[in-house]
Amino acid sequence: MNGLRSILLRRETGIAVMIVLFTLAVTLYKPQFFTANNLRVILLLTPLVMIAAMGQMLVLVARHVDLSMGSMLGLSAMITGMMFRDMPEVPWGLGFVVAIGIGAFLGLINGALVTLFRLPAIIVTLGTLNLYRGLTFIVSNARQVDRQFIPSDLKAMSQSSPIFGIPWIIFMAFAVALLTYWFATHTRVGRQIFALGSNPVAAPLRGIKVTLVTLLVFTIAGALSGLAGIMYASRWGFVNPSNTGFGFEFQVIAAVVIGGVSINGGVGSVLGVMLGVLLMGCVAAALPLLGIPGTAQGAIYGAVILIALLIDRSVRQQGIASLKRVRA
Amino acid sequence: MTEAVPLISARGISKSFAGVEVLRDVDLDLQKGEIHALLGENGAGKSTFAKILAGVHRPTRGTLALNGQPVEVPNPVAAQKLGITLIHQEPISFPDLSVAENLVLGRSEDGWWSGVPWSEMTREARRYMDLLGVSIDVARPMRGLSIADQQMVEIARALASDSRLIIMDEPTAPLTPREVETLFGIARRLRDEGRTIIFISHRLEEVRALCDRVTIFRDGNKVATDTIGNLTDADIIRLMIGRPLKEYMHKEVANIGEVALEVQGLTLPGVFSDISFAVKRGEIVGLGGLVGAGRTDVARAIFGVAPAESGTIKVHGKPAEIRQPDDAIALGLAFVPEDRAQAGIFRTLSVEQNITAAVPGKIAPGGVIRRAVEKVLAADSVKKLRIRLASVNQPIGELSGGNQQKAILARWLLADPSILILDEPTRGIDIGVKAEFYDMIGELAAQGRAILLISSELPELLALCDRVLVMAEGRLTAEIPRAEATQERVMNAAVPRSQRQVAA
Repeated sequence: MNGLRSILLRRETGIAVMIVLFTLAVTLYKPQFFTANNLRVILLLTPLVMIAAMGQMLVLVARHVDLSMGSMLGLSAMITGMMFRDMPEVPWGLGFVVAIGIGAFLGLINGALVTLFRLPAIIVTLGTLNLYRGLTFIVSNARQVDRQFIPSDLKAMSQSSPIFGIPWIIFMAFAVALLTYWFATHTRVGRQIFALGSNPVAAPLRGIKVTLVTLLVFTIAGALSGLAGIMYASRWGFVNPSNTGFGFEFQVIAAVVIGGVSINGGVGSVLGVMLGVLLMGCVAAALPLLGIPGTAQGAIYGAVILIALLIDRSVRQQGIASLKRVRA
Repeated sequence: MTEAVPLISARGISKSFAGVEVLRDVDLDLQKGEIHALLGENGAGKSTFAKILAGVHRPTRGTLALNGQPVEVPNPVAAQKLGITLIHQEPISFPDLSVAENLVLGRSEDGWWSGVPWSEMTREARRYMDLLGVSIDVARPMRGLSIADQQMVEIARALASDSRLIIMDEPTAPLTPREVETLFGIARRLRDEGRTIIFISHRLEEVRALCDRVTIFRDGNKVATDTIGNLTDADIIRLMIGRPLKEYMHKEVANIGEVALEVQGLTLPGVFSDISFAVKRGEIVGLGGLVGAGRTDVARAIFGVAPAESGTIKVHGKPAEIRQPDDAIALGLAFVPEDRAQAGIFRTLSVEQNITAAVPGKIAPGGVIRRAVEKVLAADSVKKLRIRLASVNQPIGELSGGNQQKAILARWLLADPSILILDEPTRGIDIGVKAEFYDMIGELAAQGRAILLISSELPELLALCDRVLVMAEGRLTAEIPRAEATQERVMNAAVPRSQRQVAA
């Protein structure tokens, strides 16, 4: 009884219901939406956002925010792409190490600015959003890394599949999510992130090393942005200084917030974030199918985010109100 | 008490904040297995002392010994390792984490990456809840638990780290009588297990019911430690307030006129009830009592910030319907709130803008600000109230507390209120400025305004007020005319006791 009620009240349930309703509605109107091929398209839209969203979730849970993810993705993808282009002899697997390493370093800079100078993260990362994007142009001389330079093995990760026709990068995204789940709920430092975001004043009183934990979440967010960077090269086969990762952070933040992560810190679950990413993917896949012109898609996208948040809010408030009635 | 080695020996503990000494050479031994009360007025130093034991503050001078061994308590985590836990009145917790997590967090010595043993943690948390005999679901989040339950979680946390000294800082203030009984039962059991408990409270009858010994603080000094049975209530009150009466400006005799503000049967369930009094023109009426007695809530109700549920308010003899502060302002009321930083100033705006904030009609008829008018009004106030500043254009946050308070008073005076409610107007202000304030308040009354002055400082009430009303636990317990007002009488009425006679 109580168990069922608590499941119904969960944020995750609300998003899952929204995904089902949305899919049903679109399928009724355009039956080809619910086909294996289209589902594959939806899934392919999600892995980059999903991976970065895991990092953003940890940052938000710690009561910060990272606006620079798109630029961290762009810069690490660009440097990795240039390495492939200028040093064709390096093994392609090394690209992952380089991209993740650069991302982690950029994230560490964010964290250091936030902790050492006690600056608000929203300002720091707004600055580095522009700084890292600018650096991307400088290191690349504003030149794109073209298709032929991206190793074909890397590109194959987005096409070839170990099983069920689902490409490798989707498995990677799920692996990252699983790892984040373990990290957030089953390690002591993971729980400290939640404690810190839940009550920053009390955290140091309970022996939480606030500076280290803060540095860690920003570094993880950077590392995962770097991973998303090399996956971008895999998925799209090129790296462009202005397009790669541009506006990416807003997709990520939207997915994470829809997924129930509180911008006030302390609250968030990996499952919720995964569902949030999936809902965004469904909407992105449905828009062209419904014949909505590209020019209108941005507006529709934004509206969907707001509607999702409003529905969720009212559903949960009613749920809580009915709970109170039951108790009273 | 036997002459066993005390659990804690404090010697010469002193503490200064920003050069002001708030605790002076305190020596105190706490025995194993006793419940020890710390008593004193607000600001007497009892909480500071408790916080030094718990590692929240570090003493400026002095030493601590635990079981006869000298110890340092640099921070709360170290305190917990030494077996000392401080339970705050409103427990500091992590609202989004589960009860079980709150219980174990910060205790473990394990490294960052070590796993969280969920099932073991839950089992352990349940065991401590059973031990305390409380039924709290340990898997639920902390958010939404009653304060009593949150305190229980904190006590469970103290047990989980096997604390030998548990400090409860005014734990009973937010609790219902039944919750207090539960808490006391648990406290006695912990004592019988040989643990030591420090109990800080204003309620004498609670101290009598629970504690073995008391230590009384006054003005940062320890004035007495004794077995509770050796002291009468009168002794305790005398020890708490027995400071020498300082010389303050006495109020000039003003012509007291007709009734300006009258409240009848004002009630807000759970906060205050059946409050009736009147303030006449030219009169300063003091409202004394301990923190939490409901004085500020009455003021907020009168001003419409959080209106009462029943009762009537009359302004200049006419029934007034005050549902929000705007109504009160329109009727000529002004309210200078206690918490400057939160409710009073616009920190980043200039002094000038802060002063003129309450009179938009005067400086901006039709919505456009007349800078010249604003300047003149502000400059005039600065001169009249002797506000010390570099420029009226500097942000008010840069001024000293006393000058900020003057600017706020200036703001309300521009509106020319006939009824002025001041809530702890001199708190956190140094002595020199205080005296100026007393002059000013006297002048305002002499101009024919009715003034309701909320203050926790007894000498202030006695020196300034024509009458002193006293509140305790949401009720008016005394109305004392100036001639009969003494510190003892006010304090007697302010200390909550179960059976009280309303003083005439």
